[in-house]
This record gives sequence, structure tokens and C-alpha cells, in this order.
Amino acid sequence: MSVLVNKHSKIIVQGFTGTEGTFHATQMIEYGTQVVGGVTPGKGGTQHLDRPVFNTVADAVKATDANVSIIFVPPAFAADAIMEATDAGIELVVCITEGIPVQDMVKANNYLQGKNTRLIGPNCPGVITAGEAKVGIMPGFIFKPGRIGIVSKSGTLTYEAADQVVKAGMGISTAIGIGGDPIIGTPTVEAVKLLMNDPETDGIIMIGEIGGGMEAEAARWLKDNLRKPVVGFIAGQTAPPGRRMGHAGAIIGGADDTAAAKMKIMDECGIHVVASPADIGKTMVAALTK
Amino acid sequence: MNLHEYQAKELLKKYNVPVQEGIAVDNVMAAEEAYRQIKTQTGNNFAVVKAQIHAGGRGKGKIVGTEQRGVAVGKSVEDIATISKNILGGTLVTIQTGEAGKVVNKVLVAQDVYYSGPNPVKEFYLSILLDRGTKQNVIMYSTEGGMDIEEVAHNTPEKIFKEWVHAGSPLQGFQARKIAFNLGLSGEAFKNCVKFVTNLYNAYVGLDCAMLEINPLFKTSDEKIIAVDCKMNLDDNALMRHPDLASLRDVTEEDPTEVEAGQYNLNFVKLDGNVGCMVNGAGLAMATMDMIKLSGGEPANFLDVGGTANAQTVEAGFRIIMKDPAVKAILINIFGGIVRCDRVAAGVIEAYNKLGNINIPIIVRLQGTNAEEAKKLIDESGLQVQSAIQLSEAADLVKKALA
Repeated sequence: MSVLVNKHSKIIVQGFTGTEGTFHATQMIEYGTQVVGGVTPGKGGTQHLDRPVFNTVADAVKATDANVSIIFVPPAFAADAIMEATDAGIELVVCITEGIPVQDMVKANNYLQGKNTRLIGPNCPGVITAGEAKVGIMPGFIFKPGRIGIVSKSGTLTYEAADQVVKAGMGISTAIGIGGDPIIGTPTVEAVKLLMNDPETDGIIMIGEIGGGMEAEAARWLKDNLRKPVVGFIAGQTAPPGRRMGHAGAIIGGADDTAAAKMKIMDECGIHVVASPADIGKTMVAALTK
Repeated sequence: MNLHEYQAKELLKKYNVPVQEGIAVDNVMAAEEAYRQIKTQTGNNFAVVKAQIHAGGRGKGKIVGTEQRGVAVGKSVEDIATISKNILGGTLVTIQTGEAGKVVNKVLVAQDVYYSGPNPVKEFYLSILLDRGTKQNVIMYSTEGGMDIEEVAHNTPEKIFKEWVHAGSPLQGFQARKIAFNLGLSGEAFKNCVKFVTNLYNAYVGLDCAMLEINPLFKTSDEKIIAVDCKMNLDDNALMRHPDLASLRDVTEEDPTEVEAGQYNLNFVKLDGNVGCMVNGAGLAMATMDMIKLSGGEPANFLDVGGTANAQTVEAGFRIIMKDPAVKAILINIFGGIVRCDRVAAGVIEAYNKLGNINIPIIVRLQGTNAEEAKKLIDESGLQVQSAIQLSEAADLVKKALA
């Protein structure tokens, strides 16, 4: 089963022929992901990485039956790419692009309302179902197949968590990098719900950071739906208020979006909260064997 | 990116948003001339001198070593000259600047808005920002202007109103009217407020603001609605489509080390601790800072080297971190994905040799792609660098280094 993507997913790459698109599409194909083609406006009809290139997402969907798209389009055009994929009926759009203007995402998010498309990201490492499909930029070899799901705002912290899980003798079902921007398509709570309902996932690691209220929202839902152990970590316990820490969304606005406030709510809702990022893996082992 | 009040007001005028008129100057003579011009325009002897720094609380703040406030009223050319002389070149300390304060390079000589007229003046508050919860822009406003809005929100939350703007359309007429009614306005002031709010929202969207705050939003005695102060923060990600705005950046307002880091595409934030760190990825960088704290240290910085850690960026990172004499140890934490750890290790060794004289402990934790090879490179380099692969090992090494 797994969630969001699997070996049957048919993936197209928007921004296929660019440097980033080419590099990561190659890695995805090597991982065994079913990449069926790509889109670069103006290069339709050509071949790239032994796969067809299309001018529009609609053309690509018609010709390949693609149901998933991954976006490597530059920031100025990325919101448009999200809307194009949505319009073409793509079920899952994974936007890797970092640095999209916020007002563009306000528009794109509005465009998505009422449509059957799920957006992951932007500014995210993507989604990987270990051993089946890698729709993202994560180093595939770290994600050994297993039964632990990961939801994370951060890229390298996702790899860190996956590595600890594998070193602890377990493996990954699906890891979802939801993205670090102020506006993202799939908030923590929705990604957590998917994994909670996945029969092939036994435990969930939820990694958040300062800023926004998504972790608290997820924690409140989990309180009444805790059918599997959840281990949580919030990055930015030492971050000063008002400063942006790398991610556009990582800024402490008020008293409620500090790491301490989020960790308290998560703890109260039954999540195994770790203070140190080095303890994620072993805490999951302990929680599962309890 | 933050703008100065005078820059923000110039931009607002382009969107037909009425502002308190003024002239920005950087010397006393120009301040005198500005005063004469404003006096001629307004027919009023009073004018106000406002220090231009990227921080609020200027009216209550003082120039170091004097009793001079950051905003002061004068009623003669001599007054204006004295105030400008006191402020220009001085260091202004306000509730938002911290103890170090900020050097004032410019003052805005502005019209006095409290001139007498048929009706009493009124001060309101209005700001526009993104509501992350609803993923819409929200206009937040209050009848309680000219004061600390966080205090108003805390003590009298019922006095704060919010108007969300639907993402698919501009601010609607009924919304602008609602705002003006809720502020208790009528007649000419009501009409002016509707226009003001509509144009201000257009400015917010048109300029790709991350935040736009008018405090106070002012009703004059002759029923005009004007922006007396303006804090404008632009979305850095949108500057690519506003080349004219990018040039408004005042680097003297920013931490010089952070500016230098930016030139190397390093994402750096200066903090007050004793352990420097260099990490790839923002989330892992924050997590590493947290781990330093749990190991008994305090992070001296946030530094994300991004997805392209190489010899050059590592060297730049080293130099930037070591500028801070408080740093007692440096932790490099790289999780190699696309980035290969052995390349990073080679970069660390190269940078270390090039810089020489590094006499504080360096802890390097490299994990992920080619981690074993990287550890071998470091261990065999003969340098005073301690290597680790697991995050917990790195934490122990930090603890030891600080002991």
C-alpha cells in the first residue's frame, strides 16, 4: 500500500530539461521510479533521458496517463507550474522549488481549492516510498524499506531521522517532506492522517520547526486518533524571536509558535517528544516495544 | 527586506496613499532647507524630525549620552538644526534596537500633522500581512492607534478587527467600507479612509510586501486620512521582479557579518553563544543549535551552507564564524545526500590549512553519502579536527570540548 506514491505511480517532471530537473530525474529513474516523461514549454516533441518531452502538462497527461508531477521550475514560474498541473488533472503535485513569492502561493493555493489535486511543498525534499518510488531530491540509499513513516518540514532533518531509524534496525514506509514555506499544500496534520491510516506504517515521526501552528493542529488531531506511536521533534528551541532562520516560514511570531509551546502541546497530546534530534531513532524503538 | 520610513512613504505615494509629507536628509544644512520648504508648503511653523532606522520605538528612544529623543518637534529653523545635529551620526537606542542601538544616518523632516482645524484629530492602527492559517492576506486594524499593538491585542483584544481578503480577488468595496465604519468614521473622513485602505492594499500586493504597518493611521483636523508612520517589509523572494526596490536595501542597517555571508550564498544569523556551527539545511541547522544547547553550550550562530557545501563555502563559513571572539568551538554538521561527504571533508581540510592558526576545537560530523571515506580523510589529515558520524557522538564531542 504505502501513501501518496508507489511503484505504479506515473510521474512527469516539470522543468525536465533544466539542470536541476535533469539531475534529479536521472536519480529518480535510477531509484526505479516510473518517470514517464517531462514538460518544458517549447521543447515538446523532443526526447530527454530517453523519455518524451511535452509542451504542456495537459499534453503529457494525455500521452502518458501520468498521475504525479514533480516541479523543478524556477521560483518566478513555479506557482504557474502548480496551477498548470492542477488544471491538467494531476492527482499529486510535488513542488521542490524554493523561494516562490508568498503572494504567488496565495494565488496558487486558491486555485487548488475544490480541485482533486493534492500539493506537497513547495520548498520541500519531496516524497519517497522506500523501495518503490522516489519523487524528490532525497538521497535514496538512506531510505531502507520498513514500517516507519516520516512527516517533516525540513530536508536534511528528514534524512537524519530516516538514517537513525535504519541504524536502529527499522525502515521507512513513506517519508513526506511537506516543505518549509509559510504557505504549503499539505499541512502536517494531513500528512500525519495519511500515515495513521496506512496499514503498512507502524509508527510515525513528526518533525516540525518554529513558526506557524501546524504542529499544534496535528497534535490536537492525534490526541483522539493515536493508534500508533508518534515521535515528535521541533527544531529551533534556541532560535531568537523575530529572526528568520533559513526557511521562509521559520520565524517566531508570537508566544504560541515557539518550539517550547509546540513541544508542550505535543507532549500533552500523547506524542513522544524528544528534545535532542539525536534521540529520534531510539525513542521510536522504545515506543514500539513498549 | 526592511525599508526606512521615508522610502516606504515614497512608495506609498506612487499608489496614491496619502502620507505625512517630509524630506529625508543626511546633514543639518539640508535639514534646515527641508524645514523651510515644508513651512512654505504647510504654512505651519511646527515640523517634526524623525530618525531613520530600521526599528520602532523611536519617539521614546534616546540618542546615547544625551536626552535627545529619536522623534522631536521643532518650531523654528534653529530648533530643527539643533535636533538634527543631535540625532544625525548619533546612536539611537530604542526598545527594539537592543542596548547597542543603531547609528542614525538620515532624518526625515516632516510636516506637523496636529495642525488645528474644525474637528479633533484621531489616531488608528492598520496593518496588512499574510495569515498563514487561512492562507489569505488579512487587514488588521484598531481604533487604538499610536501605541504598541501587541499590548492592545493582549489587554483589549476586542478592539482589534480583522478583515480577510479573498485570494482570488482584490479588496472589495464593502470590506473597505466595513473598516472605515468600524473605525468610527463618517462624512469626508469615511470616504477618504475607504480610498486609503483600497490603495494601501493595492500597494501591499503590487510591491510584494511581506508586511505593511501604518501606525498611526491618522485623521487630521480637516478630515484627511494619512499614514504618519510606515513599516514596510518586502518579500525577499519577490525582489527578482522588483529590481528598483532591491536597490533600496540599506546594508548599514544589517549585521556586517550577515551581509558578508550573503555574498557567499550562506544563510547566516548571528547569535550570542560560544559554539559556532556550520550545517547543510535550515531544519538540521536549527536542530544542531538545539543540540549544542543540550550539550551545555550556546549556539553562536545559525549557518546554513545549503546544498552546495564545497571548499570555498566551508572556508567562508569558517572565517565568518571565527570573527566572533566568543566562539570556543566549532561544530560542522553535514548530512550528505546529493552533497558527497568526502568532498566536504576535503573542503574542511583545505580551508583549515589555508586559514592556519585555528586554536579552538573543531568537531566535524559527516553522515550520509561517502561518510566513511570522509571520516578517514579527516582522521588521517593530522589536523586538530575531531570527527564523528552519529549525531549523538558529535553531541558528546561538543560536551567534551566545553568541559
